Amino acid sequence: MNLKFVAVTLAAFFSLSAQAQTEIQWWHSMPGALGEWVNDLAKGFNASQSEYKIVPTFKGSYDESMTAAIAAYRAGNAPHILQVFEVGTATMMASKGAIVPVGKVMADAGVKFDSAAYVPAVAGYYTAPNGQMLSFPFNSSTTVFHYNKDAFKAAGMDPEKPPKTWTEVTQAAAKLKTSGHACPFTTSWVSWTQLESFSAWHNVEFATKGNGMRGIDTRLTFNTPLHVRHIENLSNMAKQGLFVYKGRGNAADATFVSGECAMTTGSSALYGSVKRNAKFVGGISTLPYYPDVEGAPQNTVIGGASLWVMSGKKPAEYKGIGQFFAFLSRPEEAAKSHQRTGYLPVTIASYELTEKSGFYKQNPGTDVSVTQMIRKTTDKSRGIRLGNFVQIRNIIDEELEQVWAGKRSAKESLDTAVSRGNEQLERFQKANK
Amino acid sequence: MEKRVRFKSSWLPWLLIAPQMAIVLVFFFWPAAQALRQSVMSQDPFGNNSEFVGLENFERLFADASYLESFKTTAFFSVLVAVCGLSIALLLAVMANRVLRGAGVYKTLLIWPYAVAPVVAGVLWLFMFASPMGVIAYWLRMLGLDWNHLLNSRHAMALIVVAAVWKQISYNFLFFLAGLQSIPKSLIEAAAIDGASPWRRFWTIVFPLLSPTTFFLLVINVVYSFFDTFGIVDATTKGGPGKETSILVYKVYYDGFKAMDMAGSAAQSVVLMCIVIALTVIQFRFVEKKVQY
Repeated sequence: MNLKFVAVTLAAFFSLSAQAQTEIQWWHSMPGALGEWVNDLAKGFNASQSEYKIVPTFKGSYDESMTAAIAAYRAGNAPHILQVFEVGTATMMASKGAIVPVGKVMADAGVKFDSAAYVPAVAGYYTAPNGQMLSFPFNSSTTVFHYNKDAFKAAGMDPEKPPKTWTEVTQAAAKLKTSGHACPFTTSWVSWTQLESFSAWHNVEFATKGNGMRGIDTRLTFNTPLHVRHIENLSNMAKQGLFVYKGRGNAADATFVSGECAMTTGSSALYGSVKRNAKFVGGISTLPYYPDVEGAPQNTVIGGASLWVMSGKKPAEYKGIGQFFAFLSRPEEAAKSHQRTGYLPVTIASYELTEKSGFYKQNPGTDVSVTQMIRKTTDKSRGIRLGNFVQIRNIIDEELEQVWAGKRSAKESLDTAVSRGNEQLERFQKANK
Repeated sequence: MEKRVRFKSSWLPWLLIAPQMAIVLVFFFWPAAQALRQSVMSQDPFGNNSEFVGLENFERLFADASYLESFKTTAFFSVLVAVCGLSIALLLAVMANRVLRGAGVYKTLLIWPYAVAPVVAGVLWLFMFASPMGVIAYWLRMLGLDWNHLLNSRHAMALIVVAAVWKQISYNFLFFLAGLQSIPKSLIEAAAIDGASPWRRFWTIVFPLLSPTTFFLLVINVVYSFFDTFGIVDATTKGGPGKETSILVYKVYYDGFKAMDMAGSAAQSVVLMCIVIALTVIQFRFVEKKVQY
């Protein structure tokens, strides 16, 4: 009933426009400069053919657009393509009736589709255990270390020699503090940078069963002596005023771009914003590590989002979606996107194209995220895929705030976070038997 | 004296009340019934499969120590919001009532914040308290107080209380002002002639006569702080640091709309509904007896 009504209304509305194009609704969460990028992609695709028209709509932050899409799905009015952040992946995978695997969409559309063309560390995260690609790896980032080269110079340090280990980060922070910086080091996405990527980078498990990649009967393990040591280290830095906590999510990003904080760990996609808005020269380096840990540095884990195709649409529309994904995978398009945004290249060909063009030489630091990811992954570093991940990250934020405030020890907080997080995993496992 | 209006026909009163009843049914009773239904189900976010689980959602809720902790947080927050909101508004109303020139301007300015959405109110105060650039955070630092609502739970609580109170003062002010203006001048003049000081006149005449208004506002403010404040919390502290400002309604919002746990969220909103019903019944049974109409 509802769907019919909407379809009739839409049909009546669009019959007014001269062309009989098939419209494809795309809900995304890319604000500002990234929103312009999304619009340009749609424009590029729409201009390249006349049969289909991609209509991108900004629906707020990642969780807002996911909620909006779920509400729309329940009302029988979901968009064709939905951008979902990486922590929503397990939820989308579990909701079998609501989505159509991208591998199937591409095959049905008759588009040549070779899953080996995609960067394994990226596409692997969005691939089902049976090898079928479930969602399109649209904008993947990873955790890197950003630093303010001007501030390094002012503190008497070599701006071309960023700290590589956590000991060096502490030393650099101390020098920055002496030179008058009130916020030497901060971090955004505390769980993602300091526990999730930290684990993969040191080749230790964040959760059992290959971090949940091999099954939903996984349990958290981020309270090992190594994790406790790292959180203790950060807590000591916080006591000395070397690490300043700037809030949950990506709240710390703005304090780095404004120049308030001189070093941060965060998404590689912060690159675009630094380049556009910062009044200083920004530098990017690999995530710091502890050199005495065997196997470190390994590789970091991805963040960002992927594109999911919703169920219940017409065959012609799925064909258009397949065409659009093929367009996004073209080496020149994918290379352009990678260079523009700082997100990871989607396909290996686009990475090679970017390298050949000399982009990495002209823009030092932009290759950091790629080299961190294009490595042979291990069972412990392939990625982290957990149910109720949104809640687990929130629990980690809550527990670690107690550490930064000096109210609880690192060990106590991590133990509590693990046991509270495991309750969430047990519930997810029970609900998705 | 008989105040009641008597209708001759039996259907006219029902007809007149029908539009309001329709609104109440559609926007209050229907969602409440939905919440009750969802609270005993287990459902995936997309609603593709749901299963009746009885009281399991409630059992899980009350087994969670942090949920029980947030009752205390909510009680503390609500008492602060109601007490601060009512007393500041009363003070402002008494003063505005005495202003002779430009009273309209004062009143308009005081009523203004009511038009601001809770999230916007939250963001406004967050800007002012944001360390180190915010105006108030800057002043506080000059006074020697290192403001940090991200890690200091008292600062975080103060921030959400200030934002919530500021938004509600207008509403309270409006009702107090109307209440003050309906107090017969002759009573106050008589007391003045008898030699009662302004302070005495206020506490023995004005305040008791305002008690119906105060009582009504108390109910409204408690309901407001229980239900309408999640936008403020989301925009400012997100329940942090830890869970120190995670009031019950914020957890309902978070679990339902951020974490997609519809069943858990519905169960919490049913609990919240029971609390507010209980509070309102208590207020009408016991507090109302002390009210003089």
